[in-house]
Amino acid sequence: MRDVVVIGAGMTKFGELWGKSIKDIFVEAALKAIEDAGVKQIDSMYVGAMSSGLFVGQEHLGAVMADYLGVTPIPATHVESACASGGVSFRQAYLEVASGASDIVLAGGVEKMTDGADVTEALATAADQEYEVYQGVTFPGLYAMIAHAHMKEFGTTRKQLAAVAVKNHRNGAKNPNAQFRSEITIDQVLNATMVSDPFGLLDCSPVSDGAAAVIVTTMEMAKKLKKKPIKVIASAQASDTIALHSRPSITTIGSVVNAAKKAYKMAGLKPSDIDLCEVHDCFTIAEIVVSEDLGFFKKGEGGKAAEKGLTAIGGKIPINTSGGLKSKGHPVGATGIAQIIELYEQLNGKAGDRQVKGARIGMAQNMGGSGASCVIHILEGGK
Amino acid sequence: MITARYHREVPQRYRLEAGKCTKCGYVAFPPRLVCPKCSTKKFKPIVLKDEGKIITYTVIRVGPDKFSKETPYAIGIIELNDKLRLTAQIAGVVDFEKLKIGQKVKLVFRKIQDDGKAGIHMYGYKAVLA
Ligand SMILES: CC(C)(COP(=O)(O)OP(=O)(O)OC[C@H]1O[C@@H](n2cnc3c(N)ncnc32)[C@H](O)[C@@H]1OP(=O)(O)O)[C@@H](O)C(=O)NCCC(=O)NCCS
Ligand SMILES: [Zn+2]
Repeated sequence: MRDVVVIGAGMTKFGELWGKSIKDIFVEAALKAIEDAGVKQIDSMYVGAMSSGLFVGQEHLGAVMADYLGVTPIPATHVESACASGGVSFRQAYLEVASGASDIVLAGGVEKMTDGADVTEALATAADQEYEVYQGVTFPGLYAMIAHAHMKEFGTTRKQLAAVAVKNHRNGAKNPNAQFRSEITIDQVLNATMVSDPFGLLDCSPVSDGAAAVIVTTMEMAKKLKKKPIKVIASAQASDTIALHSRPSITTIGSVVNAAKKAYKMAGLKPSDIDLCEVHDCFTIAEIVVSEDLGFFKKGEGGKAAEKGLTAIGGKIPINTSGGLKSKGHPVGATGIAQIIELYEQLNGKAGDRQVKGARIGMAQNMGGSGASCVIHILEGGK
Repeated sequence: MITARYHREVPQRYRLEAGKCTKCGYVAFPPRLVCPKCSTKKFKPIVLKDEGKIITYTVIRVGPDKFSKETPYAIGIIELNDKLRLTAQIAGVVDFEKLKIGQKVKLVFRKIQDDGKAGIHMYGYKAVLA
């Protein structure tokens, strides 16, 4: 396998982009990435999207986007893995370059969620339609059940959950592409309208439009183009049961544990070697559980760690410096790529007010459904 | 929901029929073709116990459009006395604040949804506090 590096990135602002179509936003992000990389052509492209068919009535996104990007006849593939579609799109591009099949590949992701579909119902298609959704479960509901189980088992509190949202809004306020650039307080989180107990509105990631894209290539090509390469030193993916109720534990996400094990092994690293991590905080509890399952904190200690500020910029392990899904926004298919872009900016030392000083190794954890898919990447910047 | 799919699932939804792996004893609900634990393809049909306890729960206050009439509603993961876990609404709860993990429940036969505007009623199991 060849070494693979990221040499360019581009994204739209995340939020309610009513004036723009799904094609407009994807092409905007892709053009920015191509320009940033300074490449004249791409050999192949991937489009991660969860449910453009339900959200805007458009499928066949590979061809749609290749056409509007003006790059036909290159191969263009739509990748779907629920909220992990972006991360899996990146992994496909990584594998295509690593294998030698292509030299320059665009990995993108997009979702247009605010065009009027029943978003709660569309998102729920990532769970078991016949045995969870039929009964009335929603996505906030699934993670809320994880939260109640975690609170009961480890004494995690609503205030600890709220600390995650407050920290992510503080980071997102410094991110020009974030949907919500306002700081919030613990009291605001605790007193927000309830969505699914124990979650209020501010425990939830929002409904968003947005697109993101990166260019991956070989180390040789990066040298030729005189680009500072950000190297992909691990790419790992794992699956778990589709229904939350089928898992032996409700408070551990097996796909995260398994993907993390593979990723650390591939990179030859341990949790304490990671300088910053983007995690899939679709709900506040998700960041807490994942921070434990990635090995940053002991099982059950994630809530306390968030409350103590260990995951803030300047803390033991800065998590979601971009603002995370909570504040940056969560256009589901674009999220996994946007996480890679945050690492790309941080490892290039270009994250502005959110910069983690001396950041060299970054991790991105993206998951689908209630954790039935997880994809993890580790990136390394130059010394 | 598509009615063909609904009718296909009636034995599970109406009669709580599951499959028990003849080799390792894994209980598959709904029935499966291959055992995820030992890869055996032979199952014997069993009927699940209808009593159990709440493993975790939530109260859904922002629901899908088709459940708008009954929102807010409680839903949980129920562990039946034969250890099988499933997701079900917890019906008839007067005070959501009093719901607790570990509470004993019994599964009962109830209407779950209506399909479409003219649509058929769709039934299945819900839990009630025992
Ligand atoms: C939480 C949720 C139900 C709120 O939706 P809603 O009740 O329709 O809320 P509204 O859109 O009416 O928003 C009300 C206000 O709160 C703001 N808001 C909405 N969601 C927000 C969020 N998550 N964080 C912060 N503010 C939010 C809106 O901008 C709006 O502000 P305004 O009144 O100033 O315009 C919705 O965002 C949601 O479903 N989130 C989860 C998405 C999800 O499941 N993703 C997949 C995860 S795996
Ligand atoms: Zn078996």
